[in-house]
Amino acid sequence: MTTTLTAPVDAPVRTRNPRVVGLFVALGLLLVVLAVLSAGIGQLHVPPAEVVGSILHRLGLDLGPMPSHPNGDAALWSIRFPRVVMAVLVGAALATGGALMQGVFGNPLADPGVVGVSAGAAVAACAGIVFGLTFAGAWTTAVLAFVGGLAATLLVYSTARSGGRSEVVTLVLTGVAVNAFAGAAIAFLTFLGDTQAREQIVFWQLGSLNGTRWAYVAVVAPIVLVGVGAACLLARRLDLLALGERAARHLGVDVERLRLTAVLLVALLTAGAVAFCGIIAFVGLVVPHVIRMAVGPGHRVLVPASALGGAVLLLAADLVARTAIPFADLPIGMLTALVGGPFFFWLIRRTRRSAGGWA
Amino acid sequence: MSAPVLRAEGVRLAYGPATVLDGVDLDVHGGEVVALVGPNGAGKSSLLSILAGDPHPDAGRVLLDAVDLRAIDVAALARRRGVLLQENRLAFPFTVRDVVRMGRAPWRGTAREDEDDAVVADAMVRADVTALAVRTFPTLSGGEKARTSLARVLAQEPGVLLLDEPTAALDIRHQETVLAEARGRAAAGAAVVVVLHDLTLAAAYADRVVLLDAGRVRADGPPRSVLTADLLSEVYGHPVEVWDHDAQLVVMPVRARVRSMTEEPA
Repeated sequence: MTTTLTAPVDAPVRTRNPRVVGLFVALGLLLVVLAVLSAGIGQLHVPPAEVVGSILHRLGLDLGPMPSHPNGDAALWSIRFPRVVMAVLVGAALATGGALMQGVFGNPLADPGVVGVSAGAAVAACAGIVFGLTFAGAWTTAVLAFVGGLAATLLVYSTARSGGRSEVVTLVLTGVAVNAFAGAAIAFLTFLGDTQAREQIVFWQLGSLNGTRWAYVAVVAPIVLVGVGAACLLARRLDLLALGERAARHLGVDVERLRLTAVLLVALLTAGAVAFCGIIAFVGLVVPHVIRMAVGPGHRVLVPASALGGAVLLLAADLVARTAIPFADLPIGMLTALVGGPFFFWLIRRTRRSAGGWA
Repeated sequence: MSAPVLRAEGVRLAYGPATVLDGVDLDVHGGEVVALVGPNGAGKSSLLSILAGDPHPDAGRVLLDAVDLRAIDVAALARRRGVLLQENRLAFPFTVRDVVRMGRAPWRGTAREDEDDAVVADAMVRADVTALAVRTFPTLSGGEKARTSLARVLAQEPGVLLLDEPTAALDIRHQETVLAEARGRAAAGAAVVVVLHDLTLAAAYADRVVLLDAGRVRADGPPRSVLTADLLSEVYGHPVEVWDHDAQLVVMPVRARVRSMTEEPA
């Protein structure tokens, strides 16, 4: 079980070996290339070789060229790298959260954004901004986001599920209700807040990685690493849960504990993603779905591959957000929704057809 | 006879005001196939799920190897008994082989894990799903799904096998092979409880037939003593005839021939 954490390539040796290995290698390469490119591209351009050189020098290796621009090295380390790392972490968190949620709801349309978990997390975090809460220092927003996300998850979970499954309609409608309520709460908080708080809230709802600092990364990184690691440990049991709750129990799964753990992890991962970057929707929907189409639904591959795929997707989305329009930083949440919305639409149509109706 | 492997003592189960099982006693020994029969709503599936340990009874208890099911953890239980449910759905499109392999989950981390591949292959042959190995579960027909699920339960290698209408979706050939397989497991020492609607099948394959009626055991004994025309006619509320054909019991409802021949086929 733990092998998926340290060596995802070794874990699924028995099944679909070439495709799985190919997927992990491809995603891994893509991640590295995108990270180097993304760090170099911007108003201050740093060629890829210099980006790599800068990293190697920090690691104490006197290899490769240093950035030629006088401010290049500083820009990389104070602005670009934290943002790249954050994109990787948030993308991994969102996609893993999506895969987990789909596994525990037994429904490929479950996603923290669609279902309202992100919105729940955002409400609590916004309250923190408006009321100037700082009880946990730099962690305050993350803690609040976790509490809000957990409340929303539990609400959706208790409403939308019955007999171990959730019907598509109930799930989506529950999401509509939760999102509407959260929207109202955020509107009220916006109304209450002063100008500065309002600006912060608006930025939040759009979702952005702009202004990421290492201090934020230091909060998000442990949350995401713990969340993704723990999610990998649940993988086998999530496979069995696909058989339904009773059958999973007959095969020795403590279903109650699995459900609770998964719900906590979804809230944790969503909180990690939302805390500093706002609501970035559809990553958790799109990524696990594409991975499933490529290598099948087994969670031992799906969970780590989704984490990797989510990181790649968000890194790419952020690169587009920063560079599509010169001198402007598009909100990344808007971008993912622009792509994810139609995808969701297609997914609904497909699920509807394959399920023979809305059942 | 040796001590029963599975024993229900005074089991009562109610859903709100509706009592579905009341004062049910049942012993199942290793090496025997027990058929649970009775009309719709008699409590067959409820009794099976109680024996499986899904709901605990409101009164009474169920003992597995003389230990109350409440005291056995789910993992240990999974290594001892397997359950085939009536309805088998799957949330994600796993392949047939993956589904059968899930039956090996209880043995993970034990010495028997090494036998996984052989056991899975054998279970797939016995349930006749080898040819479907790479098909995904949602694309299968009802009978193929039922056989895949059976293969999964066989792969679990349980000493206690609980089957809820395993033959409902199956054609004649597969009905026979499935129940012959259940007999085979019993011959190897397993205790098998199977819910059946087809009383002729029950007569052919069960050592004992337990006839349930409105949540109570109405009769419990060898097929010939339980499956009598008078008793079945009364319990099912429909005249039933029992024939002896070639030393085998054949149970048939009495049919109004004229109507069934001329009117629309049901």
